[in-house]
Amino acid sequence: MPTSAGQTWFPVALQIVIAMAVASAMIGFSYLLGKKVKNKVKDTPYESGVPPVGDARHRFSVKFYLVAMLFILFDIEAIFLYPWVVVFKELRMFAFVEMLVFVILILCGFFYIWKKGVLDWSEDRSDVKVAPRP
Amino acid sequence: MINLYPLLIIAAVLFVVLNLAGGLIWVERRLLALWQDRYGPNRVGPFGLGQVVADSVKLFTKEDWIPPFADKAAFVLAPAVVVATSLLAFAVIPFAAGFVVADLSIGILFLLAMSSLGVYSVVLAGWSSNNKYALLGGLRAAAQMLSYEVFMGLSLMGVVVLAGSFRITDIVNAQRHMWYVIPQFAGFVLFFIAGVAETRRLPFDLAEAESELIAGFHSEYSGMKFGMFFVGEYIGVILISAMLTLLYFGGWLGPVLPAPVWFGIKTLFFICVFILLRGALPRPRFDQLMSWGWKVLLPLALVNLLITGAFVLAGV
Repeated sequence: MPTSAGQTWFPVALQIVIAMAVASAMIGFSYLLGKKVKNKVKDTPYESGVPPVGDARHRFSVKFYLVAMLFILFDIEAIFLYPWVVVFKELRMFAFVEMLVFVILILCGFFYIWKKGVLDWSEDRSDVKVAPRP
Repeated sequence: MINLYPLLIIAAVLFVVLNLAGGLIWVERRLLALWQDRYGPNRVGPFGLGQVVADSVKLFTKEDWIPPFADKAAFVLAPAVVVATSLLAFAVIPFAAGFVVADLSIGILFLLAMSSLGVYSVVLAGWSSNNKYALLGGLRAAAQMLSYEVFMGLSLMGVVVLAGSFRITDIVNAQRHMWYVIPQFAGFVLFFIAGVAETRRLPFDLAEAESELIAGFHSEYSGMKFGMFFVGEYIGVILISAMLTLLYFGGWLGPVLPAPVWFGIKTLFFICVFILLRGALPRPRFDQLMSWGWKVLLPLALVNLLITGAFVLAGV
């Protein structure tokens, strides 16, 4: 049974080295074994067979940034819950009430962003009247 | 004097995992074929098993093409990251009592950390390819994996409350009398859904939805680098199956048969469930996926944790 931190983490460090070695070996061998053919058409980005228009450095929907921000907020909330989980059986009622308050506060914020429409990825089109075909 | 025991275990674990990941490509194709009433690969060797060898030889001898329009460093790094991080996660997976590379006291946190590092590979691949499909696929994958990661951790906390430890060996030993799938059924379902989304397997493969994004984030990848994304995906499937087995189905515990055999049987069962899901379910729209994750599954995970806490308090 490992006792010190070094003894516990040494195998992990070893596995980090070996996992990286496996990954580099896979890339390295295919670099050495594969043949190289230069071709002008091959060196264009794939766009379903049509000549590519511009490059892919485009602006994209702000929704993706919002998800990143929400992730940081809610993942930190989840991280607060991790230590709570281990001490829960010792602190019992105190820990439970504290966590209840914390979760209710989180849920208030959660319903706020919900009502603000941050979680809606498609606009609701049910109110749009489609003209009936003549 | 260096202790060689960890090295032996690492070699054994990596040997099993890498071979299983390669073999799974054959298993998946055969099982899907079975469920879809066709043959699947059956020409190379007995039952088509030689297909695995043939495929890997072919992947290795294909040209190692790096697009001139791509960001080269990130382009090469992305497939390496997915393979390395998913192999690294196996450091804390115990195959039997004591048969583990490092029995960390924060085993579950380590697993969550490694599985979230997988996001980097997808985003790097999608962005560095400088291809519009790849960019869209990478963005989708990032949003999807981040969203489902939030309640992935939360859904596991129910198990940790019951076992009172993040150490995976402790969690398995706490299930001697009852598998945690019974008291934590909601947590199991939530974790399973999050796991499928995290590995980007069907029905949650929106990052590489072939009917809309060609191949999504790995559109520009070919040869072994393309193969590494596949190997990484299968290692991810094995990892999630192993986690489901360990945390909810008693890990290596079982009568008569030796411990690693039980672990293997249970893990293989979940791998087959993953493949069956692919054969059975259609892919949702992206807005459905996001709103489902945030509006339904995240509150459910919080409620599950609170209810578990209440039950532990009541001493049930």
